[in-house]
Amino acid sequence: MSERLHVDWTACDARGTCLDLLPELLEADDWGYPLARTGEAAPAVPPSSRDYAVQAVRECPRMALRLRPG
Amino acid sequence: MSADALWYFGRGTGVSALTLFTLVVVLGLLVRSGWSSPALPRFVVSAVHRTTSLTALGLLAVHVVTLLLDPYAQLRLVDLVVPFLGAYRPFWQGLGTLALDLVVLLVLSSLLRDRLGRRTWRALHWAAYLCWPAALAHAVGNGTDGTSTWMLALVGGCVAAVGGALTLRLRAARTSETETQSVPAPVPPAYLAGLR
Amino acid sequence: MNAPQRLLGAAAATLADHSRLLGPLPGVDGAGILRAAAESSLTGRGGAAFSTGRKLASVAAASDPVVVGNGAEGEPASSKDRRLLATAPHLVLDGLQLAARAVGSRTAYLYAPADLLRTRLEPALRERRDDVPVTTVASPGAFLSGEESAVVQAVQGGRAVPTSTPPRVFERGVHGRATLVQNVETLAHLALLTRFGAAWFRGVGTSAEPGTRLLTVSGAVAAPDVLEVAGGTLLADALALAGGPTEPLGAVLVGGYHGAWVPAEAVADIALSRDGLAPYGAAPGAGVVLALADSSCGLRAGADVAAYLAGQGARQCGPCRNGLPALAGTLRALADGRPSPLLVAEVQRVSRLVEHRGACHHPDGTVRLVRSTLRTFSAEVAHHLAGRCTARHGALVVPSETEEAIA
Repeated sequence: MSERLHVDWTACDARGTCLDLLPELLEADDWGYPLARTGEAAPAVPPSSRDYAVQAVRECPRMALRLRPG
Repeated sequence: MSADALWYFGRGTGVSALTLFTLVVVLGLLVRSGWSSPALPRFVVSAVHRTTSLTALGLLAVHVVTLLLDPYAQLRLVDLVVPFLGAYRPFWQGLGTLALDLVVLLVLSSLLRDRLGRRTWRALHWAAYLCWPAALAHAVGNGTDGTSTWMLALVGGCVAAVGGALTLRLRAARTSETETQSVPAPVPPAYLAGLR
Repeated sequence: MNAPQRLLGAAAATLADHSRLLGPLPGVDGAGILRAAAESSLTGRGGAAFSTGRKLASVAAASDPVVVGNGAEGEPASSKDRRLLATAPHLVLDGLQLAARAVGSRTAYLYAPADLLRTRLEPALRERRDDVPVTTVASPGAFLSGEESAVVQAVQGGRAVPTSTPPRVFERGVHGRATLVQNVETLAHLALLTRFGAAWFRGVGTSAEPGTRLLTVSGAVAAPDVLEVAGGTLLADALALAGGPTEPLGAVLVGGYHGAWVPAEAVADIALSRDGLAPYGAAPGAGVVLALADSSCGLRAGADVAAYLAGQGARQCGPCRNGLPALAGTLRALADGRPSPLLVAEVQRVSRLVEHRGACHHPDGTVRLVRSTLRTFSAEVAHHLAGRCTARHGALVVPSETEEAIA
């Protein structure tokens, strides 16, 4: 089952925890917000990154991340 | 254990807990301000903040239990929950009770963060700004060594550390307000409706 | 050429007039309403054009749903909902009751501007004896106040700003219940087709765009007005119904401020339909048809709209809050300032940064408008980069809502 990292943009405050944990998936945009390197809004999370993605969801200070099937 | 030993142990764990909680507050402020260094990325700062808070809670538990067992402290179970009822220095001890209540609230609400939702959790976490000064004042006012030189030096260090972290936090808040580009003025309806 | 005025002709000042004109509220049961909606192929008239039958069916599947009639009309170039609510409130209220019956709801709201509630809708509600009680909620005039999740927030007593999805409001909306948010024009159509049948509804318009629809035609036309036309009407015919262009046109903004421009050369051949407008990145949307004179600068008009949109964001989402002013500013620089070729590339870059990165479709709609502006007025861009502007003057003329007297 593939998963995507979904950002609640009303909560995201560019704190950057996810950028630290998932550098292969995300980079900072002009204003510090997480931008998927693939350009998608909700990037697919490869199995190799899953543990880090789970950690990012847990650690995000604004609880702005979710892993959704898709 | 002799009563004296309990007393020393109780005070010792109290000082250690205070120091650790100061570290927790500093780390919390660093998390909020988005601080990071090459050696300490944001998720590490965040993780250490949480782990330290649990360790500090453990030390706090030992501090409280020790003093419960110590006859000299005259601590009853009710004094752990309701502040300012204590027999020994009720006001200063009451501040400790207040700090304890708030620590429990902070830790529980953080463990249940997912259930509570962002807004509720954030509102409750503001209690930290009351909790830490209460703990600090309790240490100075209630402790036998409260006003000794080394204690005051330690307290001074704690205040300086939190003060420094607070400055970072406030600076981050100001930056996030100005980060947004000023919007070109919205076109007023009158202009839109005006004649060419 | 004039389509039957099914909606605008249902004008009625009182419930008695309305009943005399159209008969009582039909007794068709919920299943019957769902069937009629599906057979009619009615699509939403609020902008998204989603199949009404499908939307009703999905909310009907939930337990204890809520229905909301959405008359907020935050789109500045649109006044069709205002006209409809002012002239035929009972038709809309009929539609609200029928929608509630169709989805099995016992809770209904009407979300509309405060002045309309006070002068037309609440008096109309007081005349009626509806099965499902209707609570009125005043809508603020902001652009995003009509977005469906913003509607849910407002109904719940909060700020009318969008929330992050999923879940969509038809799954979880007002107080966690499945919520149908339906544009008031769509409800009016539902009220008519439930009475007279899906076949009657489809008797006008094309098979792809059945029925009639309301347009707000404004800008460089002789008689800007709210008009009712058949689905699939030619853009040129819509302009003619509004008195025709007052001077040669440069382009027409179709759909709304989140829509796209159709260049003047194409106006004669284009139908106001999804298929007809798709090549220009446009869609009928909320029925906005805004004519821009050729003597006006399209770049400046686009920059004006982009500036408005940038100011109307809810300011909740970082990429939108930062990116839209950047986009608007860059377009402004191209239009009025010191243009440089780098600006065009910058617009494209920031557009990609902003698209799909927000809780709602505000950044996406703004990007659509901006991209369409650069595409449609590419010749003008070249002139500006060479230091010239072909326009003699440059305002985008939109009728002011306040000037429309409520009859």
